[in-house]
Amino acid sequence: MAKPKVAFYWCASCGGCEEAVLDINETILKVAEAVELVLWPVALDFKKKDIEAMKDGEIAVSFINGSVRLDEQEEWVKLLRKKSGLIVAFGACAHLGGIPGLGNFCTKETIINRAYKEVPSLDNPKGVVPQVKTTLNGYELTLPEFYDTVKTLDQTIPVDYYLPGCPPPPDLIVNAVMAILKGELPPKGTVLAPNKALCDTCPVKDSKPEKLTITQLKRPYELKIDPDKCILAQGVFCYGPATRSGCGETCIRANMPCRGCFGPVDGVVDQGAKALSMLASIMGVDGEEKMSDEDVKKLVSQIVDPAGTFYRYSLPSSLLRRKRIA
Amino acid sequence: MSKNGFEPKIVVFCCNWCSYAGADLAGISRLKMKPQFRIIRTMCSGRVDPALVLYAFNKGADGVLVAGCHPGDCHYGAGNYKARRRMAMLTNMLTQLGIEPARLRLEWISASEGPKFQSTINQFIDQITQLGPFNKAKEAVGAK
Repeated sequence: MAKPKVAFYWCASCGGCEEAVLDINETILKVAEAVELVLWPVALDFKKKDIEAMKDGEIAVSFINGSVRLDEQEEWVKLLRKKSGLIVAFGACAHLGGIPGLGNFCTKETIINRAYKEVPSLDNPKGVVPQVKTTLNGYELTLPEFYDTVKTLDQTIPVDYYLPGCPPPPDLIVNAVMAILKGELPPKGTVLAPNKALCDTCPVKDSKPEKLTITQLKRPYELKIDPDKCILAQGVFCYGPATRSGCGETCIRANMPCRGCFGPVDGVVDQGAKALSMLASIMGVDGEEKMSDEDVKKLVSQIVDPAGTFYRYSLPSSLLRRKRIA
Repeated sequence: MSKNGFEPKIVVFCCNWCSYAGADLAGISRLKMKPQFRIIRTMCSGRVDPALVLYAFNKGADGVLVAGCHPGDCHYGAGNYKARRRMAMLTNMLTQLGIEPARLRLEWISASEGPKFQSTINQFIDQITQLGPFNKAKEAVGAK
């Protein structure tokens, strides 16, 4: 029997998801034995025309990481959708928009200006910026077009499964690959991770007080976080209550608060709104009935960058998707 | 209808115990109000998840008003304080996302304050009419 064909592709991402594939260690040998890799730009040389020459649905599964912000990426993922039986959004960027999704606070123009004209370390006296088409010595050179708005993978093509995380942890990757190989897959649209909040599996959950209250928010550098105590209870914003579990609580074990890369649990439409709701609800103080609106504003403005904090990984998948362009 | 023909869509979340009764009182007292609002009754203003507000904007609301019991009067004790903190934080976040903070308003309206419901609605509708329509961000990929 022919081995099932597998493709890996990357869009707007940092390359961490590619490393995560290798983090499955020697299991990768088993995977390599069981499948035929037809595309993996980071590691192997394949051409677009090879993929175009394939039959529709010939690739068993394509793992695509990164969000979509170039027309080239859109072209590629649409091609892979056509040629693949299953599409797995691999990692936070493909799943929610991820860190590149923070580009949705800006426009294409402000990003290009910043990167090519304003950065202090820049050496670009002629102010050259990337163009879709340039003619040089009689040759026409082309570059992919840069979009104003970063999109998630499922805003671009239909996605069958999601592997969350920045990057997805090895055990979830192995489970997903094995499930695909054995054909034991959950219903389409499933996020291949436990449907529980991180707090549920947190190693310091027993120290979480019955009634949690934060009135003085601290940032991680302002204190020495006690590794045996709930981080929220120490006054540091931790995304645990509004984040899906399955990551192995690696940040918490490294004494850092959760930042929400796994996205929300099933049924939550907007992860940032839920996190905001959670934090605001535990910021109660005594004598609140006497507080003026100004006092309340001061209290909640301790979160200096709410949109960046709550939508760190999920701005493109949020209800508003981006900052409004006037 | 305003001069430029823009009629705002306003979503009003009213808590069951105070503000909805206040709205009811405004109605049975036959107080005249501008008609461009829709009331959604929630058990408490503390039930108004920030996502509901964002959802309303996403679905075409031009302004969202959240109305609850006065401080100290919440049927559940502290729901209105939670609403106040949430809406204040949400206002900060909306500003970052390029949305005028005036499009979201929180008011305390008791069951006996029919006239306050009326004046709040009229004022808010005027304010949003002046602000103009809420334009959803350009979603088009490749918007140049």
